[in-house]
Amino acid sequence: MRAQRRSSSVRLAVAALAAVGAIAAASTALSLTNGDLAAACSVPVVDGSRTVSLAEYRGQVVYLDFWASWCGPCRESFPFMNELQRDLAGRGLQILAISVDKTAEDARRFLARYPAQFTVALDTGAACPAAFQLQGMPSSYIIDKSGAVRAVHAGFRNRDRAEIRQQLLELLGRDAK
Amino acid sequence: MTLAARLIVLAAVVVALLATAGCATVQPWERGTLAKPVMAIEDPAHETAQKLRTYGAKEGGASATGVGGGGCGCN
Repeated sequence: MRAQRRSSSVRLAVAALAAVGAIAAASTALSLTNGDLAAACSVPVVDGSRTVSLAEYRGQVVYLDFWASWCGPCRESFPFMNELQRDLAGRGLQILAISVDKTAEDARRFLARYPAQFTVALDTGAACPAAFQLQGMPSSYIIDKSGAVRAVHAGFRNRDRAEIRQQLLELLGRDAK
Repeated sequence: MTLAARLIVLAAVVVALLATAGCATVQPWERGTLAKPVMAIEDPAHETAQKLRTYGAKEGGASATGVGGGGCGCN
């Protein structure tokens, strides 16, 4: 009887360990990676004139970027995205940059200093970054015509520029065929 | 209870306590909260300078932040 009780408490302890382990694993395993379908995401554009949804870009190559006014590397990525817009918009690239700032005011102040020639949207409720489970700031996702994530870039470094451009060109080229 | 069983139970208790501790995970997109000026570890530079100046004036004889420099041998 006593031996039984002992073994059951051990079993309970093992189960508790496993449960905690599972919860810890689940909280890190949710982030979107290559091949996953991009999460649904619908956000108002920065001037509030309309709501933009990722679903409406289906059939097009999308460069989705999550940025914030407090994020240092984002200042570097804006001129880069302007370049992408200038060079690749004509080939069908869609750029959507979503601010995760808690207040629209912060985002607007950033935009006044670092102007954007591409679509900028606000997600003050942080629904989209939660759905994508970003691993860093900024984070960008290259999404193909079928709506699948083809590349994820966490952070923005100088060496990412060539790689991102290459990945986009590959997808745009394939779509043209 | 055997030693192994005790260890397993102990490990479970420790892990459960750690898991329920008041640690919150700040997601990458929530770090703006930590970027607010009030979250800075140090005071703003001008405030630090002001405090040092006051402290230096108060403790001047005993040399507030540096080496005593009285020259009279009293410090």
